[in-house]
Amino acid sequence: MMKTSPGTHLTRIHAAVAWFVAVTFVGASGHAVAAAKVPDTLQQRIAACTACHGVHGEGELKSGFFPRLAGKPAAYLARQLQNFQDGLRKYAPMEYTVRQLSPAYMREIAEYFATQQVPYARSPVPNASAAMLQRGEQLTSHGDPALKIPACSSCHGTQLTGVQPSIPALVGLPYDYVSSQLGSWRTGTRASAAPDCMAVIARRLGASDISAVATWLASRELPADMQAQPAGSIKPPLRCGVLGEHGGGA
Amino acid sequence: MKWIGRILPGALVLTVLAIGGWLLLASRGGGLAVPSAAIVTAENLHDPALIARGRYLAIAGDCAACHTAQGGMPYAGGRSVSTPFGSIPAPNLTSDRATGIGQWSFADFWRALHAGRGRRGELLYPAFPYTSYTRVTRDDALAMFAYLQTLVPVHTPSGASGLDFPYSMRSSLAAWRAMYFNEAGYRPEPAKSQAWNRGAYLVQGLGHCNECHAARDALGGVSGHPALSGGRIPELDWYAPDLSTRAGGGLQGWSEQDIVDLLQTGRSAKGVAFGPMAEVVADSTQYMSGDDLRAIATYLHALPPRAQPAEATPQFDARALARQGGKVYGQHCADCHGKDGEGVAGVYPPLDGNSAVTEPTGINATRMVLLGGFAPLTQANLRPYSMPPFAQQLNDSEVSAVVSYIRQAWTNRAPVVRPEDVSHYRHTPMD
Repeated sequence: MMKTSPGTHLTRIHAAVAWFVAVTFVGASGHAVAAAKVPDTLQQRIAACTACHGVHGEGELKSGFFPRLAGKPAAYLARQLQNFQDGLRKYAPMEYTVRQLSPAYMREIAEYFATQQVPYARSPVPNASAAMLQRGEQLTSHGDPALKIPACSSCHGTQLTGVQPSIPALVGLPYDYVSSQLGSWRTGTRASAAPDCMAVIARRLGASDISAVATWLASRELPADMQAQPAGSIKPPLRCGVLGEHGGGA
Repeated sequence: MKWIGRILPGALVLTVLAIGGWLLLASRGGGLAVPSAAIVTAENLHDPALIARGRYLAIAGDCAACHTAQGGMPYAGGRSVSTPFGSIPAPNLTSDRATGIGQWSFADFWRALHAGRGRRGELLYPAFPYTSYTRVTRDDALAMFAYLQTLVPVHTPSGASGLDFPYSMRSSLAAWRAMYFNEAGYRPEPAKSQAWNRGAYLVQGLGHCNECHAARDALGGVSGHPALSGGRIPELDWYAPDLSTRAGGGLQGWSEQDIVDLLQTGRSAKGVAFGPMAEVVADSTQYMSGDDLRAIATYLHALPPRAQPAEATPQFDARALARQGGKVYGQHCADCHGKDGEGVAGVYPPLDGNSAVTEPTGINATRMVLLGGFAPLTQANLRPYSMPPFAQQLNDSEVSAVVSYIRQAWTNRAPVVRPEDVSHYRHTPMD
């Protein structure tokens, strides 16, 4: 009675094999399904960035403090990440987020945002007097030789759309962002490689001039072509570490 | 009358310190342990194998974590270490003769590591964890010294001490040491395996794990609690969990492989390293040998079970809070962490049964929700996934609701987190 017939035995082996195959298969496919749920894309990996800057780096216009990243030159963006990591730019949430990313990963993230093409949206323009707008335009387009302030356009491009590979656009930036960045350069919470030409310029600008520049930039119509100018198309009036120290000596 | 409140604790501390100092003087007698044996010569300090081992050990001890300024040269100092008693500058360990340890002899270095005394014999502040390093062998210390002497000299003058009175007086340390410090080497336990002993040596000594993973008392000592039983890290304000894998332990259910995975890659089937531990993995443990990591796992896996925490009795309507939290969870968290907190293997950590979620204080889950961030970047995970920060999107009551929910959902049974707590952690410094 206890004897097992060869047939039963075989059936048992079959069942065991089937069970083994089923478990293996289900296990494997279950794993595959779970893994497939999460896209293996950079966009998915950088949720920590896109939560504030937008999936395509379009920026958050409501607050003004999460700037647009889309279309900014890749080398500029990579350098900013590095500067946050090194504490040259001080903003605790950014410093925390990028603190142990590798140069290669930061470069990849920078390139992702640099190649995103999304329409520019207008940010709210603060109320400003005609005199203030005029002062803003003067500083942006011509500078103020008496104060040794060069025109913004002398570095950031004739249309202020930036210059490859490391100078960012100024158009399309909210008032709050531009004014706070210039303020940060004055107080030392934003810095770049020495000689830090932007720090020099920001210190030469007074508080009302910063306001005027930020207002005029925010109120300016966006040019049809938002592409950054080609590399080598400008001659910086100041020596800038970020530009490999090329430029004049003022 | 406010000044009385300020003076009284100081006076109390001074009294304790004075008694402690007397105890220390009374118990002294043997003097400093003078290193014996192995002759240190310029020749053997230049041995490439010794230097390579020293480099490995300096990484395993994560010396650079404190001795490197943000954006600065590794080991060149310039960073200020915050403690509840004020800030202490971490000195320059490069071979610079004026500001580094270029003029130090090995005897000086050994005395600092083993006995917590500076080059002039002065007592060192235990922010430098000689309470752990005292277990490091003389041979390992020699290797690290040989390595540090090869670092290109960087001139970094030491920053000013930011310690509050009375801690600013070094003499106060005599008392502290009498209470919390014993000069001691690591004594192997012959009954345990070689791997266990290696793990114990690394965890208790160079790894200085207990400096974070144990609760500190009012004077900053860790001796009153079982080793590695978890504690809030002062100033950083993260909770370093209990490391027991047994019943009631913070890593309950973790296998040895889970521990190795986390230390080597930054993630395991049970969770992902975050906060200060993410830095430890990225800068230190990922570079340790498989043998050393397995030894650490063997040792941690053998830690004793812990007393089960009493089931929390909610002080207010926790159910309503958790209901609200369930909604927030469905909206913002379930896509990645799963409807049932199961996570996605290898990508997003599970929240069910995760000690990062259920640790006693709720600090970790709250700060993770606020800060988000990347999993550690390691050789095994060069392009880590990340979690969005919710500090901008969710207000204090929403964060408190969702954190309370995940702490009570599924098999988790941890106390709720109140909106006031969230508000506090929002303003905690991040590094």
